[in-house]
Amino acid sequence: MASTGTADAHEAATEDGVRRRDFIEIAAVSAAGVGGLAALIPLISQMAPSADVLAESSTELDISTLEEGQSIKAVFRKQPVFVRHLTPAEIQAANDVDVSSLRDPQTLEERTEDGHHNILVVMGVCTHLGCVPLGAAEGENKGEYGGYFCPCHGSSYDTAARIRKGPAPKNLEVPTYEFTTDTTIVIG
Amino acid sequence: MSFPWAKNYEPVNPVMKFMDEKLPLPRLVYNAVGAGYPVPRNLSYWWNFGVLAGICLVLQIVTGVVLAMHYAANSGIAFDSVEHIMRDVNWGWLLRYMHANGASFFFLVIYIHIFRGFFYSSYKAPREMIWLLGVVIFLLTMATAFMGYVLPWGQMSFWGAKVITGLFSAIPLVGEPIQVWLLGGFAPDNAALNRFFSLHFMLPFVILGVVILHIWALHIPGSSNPTGVEVKQESDTVPFHPYYTAKDGFGLGVFLLIYFMYVFFFPNALGHPDNYIEANPLSTPAHIVPEWYFYPFYAILRAFTFDFIIPAKLWGVLAMFSAILVWFFLPWLDKSPVRSGHYRPMFRKFFWFGLIPCMAVLFYCGGAPAEEPYVMISQIATAYYFLHFLVILPIISSVERPEPLPFSITEAVLGSDDSAVIEPAAKAAE
Ligand code: HEM
Ligand code: FES
Repeated sequence: MASTGTADAHEAATEDGVRRRDFIEIAAVSAAGVGGLAALIPLISQMAPSADVLAESSTELDISTLEEGQSIKAVFRKQPVFVRHLTPAEIQAANDVDVSSLRDPQTLEERTEDGHHNILVVMGVCTHLGCVPLGAAEGENKGEYGGYFCPCHGSSYDTAARIRKGPAPKNLEVPTYEFTTDTTIVIG
Repeated sequence: MSFPWAKNYEPVNPVMKFMDEKLPLPRLVYNAVGAGYPVPRNLSYWWNFGVLAGICLVLQIVTGVVLAMHYAANSGIAFDSVEHIMRDVNWGWLLRYMHANGASFFFLVIYIHIFRGFFYSSYKAPREMIWLLGVVIFLLTMATAFMGYVLPWGQMSFWGAKVITGLFSAIPLVGEPIQVWLLGGFAPDNAALNRFFSLHFMLPFVILGVVILHIWALHIPGSSNPTGVEVKQESDTVPFHPYYTAKDGFGLGVFLLIYFMYVFFFPNALGHPDNYIEANPLSTPAHIVPEWYFYPFYAILRAFTFDFIIPAKLWGVLAMFSAILVWFFLPWLDKSPVRSGHYRPMFRKFFWFGLIPCMAVLFYCGGAPAEEPYVMISQIATAYYFLHFLVILPIISSVERPEPLPFSITEAVLGSDDSAVIEPAAKAAE
């Protein structure tokens, strides 16, 4: 080391134990480190959904012909959405449950829009590992609690699409949506 | 490394002499799998499966690279491109059936290879690193096969991708963003298919690299053997070539017969018919199952149906990964100084009547629907599985009285070993 640098600069530095070269080393290694980390940003974030995938179209649905006890399957972000016109018996069944006893406590009222508590809109994506539950179409298995049944690992949802049995941790997700007219829903 | 009595490579003709000076690749081969590598003389056919696994990897890479010349990784046409391979491409049906069945046979071979390791405790010192690298290879192969199965974009491809990436959503807080990031969308679609293809193409070459490390690590202590007694002298070994090239060659012949019987006569027996239906994001098949080689781990995943401090879903995921990760700790869980199950009466019983039936039950339940009684049976088998590795093995290794070991491999093979008589001191030191 003694042979590098001008003699006085070198000595001045060694007095408090810091050499000029220490500064250069720290600066170079830090720049390489920060640069390396910065290079990870595009490499990692390229895997996130691209702009076209994110530009999720909203889905508009006309439910004027949806009779009591009927459901429709719609598509939102390439995933199924179930819209169900609940029967009074189904609403009764949902309200009879002691909410605090549920795995994911929510009332039917919280899961529907004011003025339309008989229209239940949920994603048809099981909160366990993402299968499409059965129960929306005529004649499909609705499971033990009369709502939806996921055939993959046996999760049962009740008439308010709340998880009641099986491995799924959460109620079927209610997407953001609004009623633009009394019979038109816009999801997204 | 090698034993001191290993034959030395001596190039004879000028070309080989030239090579040996400039790039000693022939020397490397000679010392690794040739006459210059002494191997225990008593290896049984259970020792064929390492070489077979390597051959399977090469088969997958060769058939895979040519399939990739015709396959299109686009969700709009992927399914059709596989049908195009099957119907229009010259010999396409053969290449695809070889690749699809090749994956199954690859796993069959790896499973036998791993269970050979369990029975003969091949993971014990001085071979821990070989074992650890082996578990890494197994994990990489599982990831590769999973992504390969997504490529034909059939119903099982799609729903398998959805369910397996859904596993990550079990991680608290960051789980869902991770799943979306992995898929590049909210459900499997073109973005996911493309990246899976890219990774499916690349990972086998990573596996190849780790296989080279695995064999490098193996060549330091050399192979173990059915007695578990280490090599002591020249009479315990024979040169790899021609002895084991011949034995491995015979095993390869038998393997190829069975493999091609499937390729030619039952090409779809190991697959699932639903994968000949194009992926439909709006309809889940009634009964989603992974490929057969994932059944035991799938059964463990589904065995957790109740919340206990953390959600059931997270338990399932943790247990499934732990079921493989526990293998990493085997060299330190099984403390018995004796390696081979042949000399360990208690260990042997738990192997044949504990671990093997437990795996068979998990295998069966993983392919069965998620209903009773299968769920309960999977729960019991899962409990036994972890008990076996974490509790039973450590206890056995401290309470068991092993049977007497032969003095040497030579004695085990020939019934007597002269050096055992001449050097009683050596025997006492054992
Ligand atoms: C560790 C080695 C490998 C394993 C275990 C493996 C496994 C698989 C599996 C299970 C499939 C689905 C088969 C089906 O049902 O059609 C598949 C498909 C495919 N693999 Fe591989 N693979 C391996 C190596 C490779 C390599 C090295 C390449 C290319 C360089 C490749 C290219 C492909 C292609 C293009 C397909 C789609 C065509 C098809 O589905 O038949 N694979 N792979
Ligand atoms: S995905 Fe619905 S129960 Fe597992």
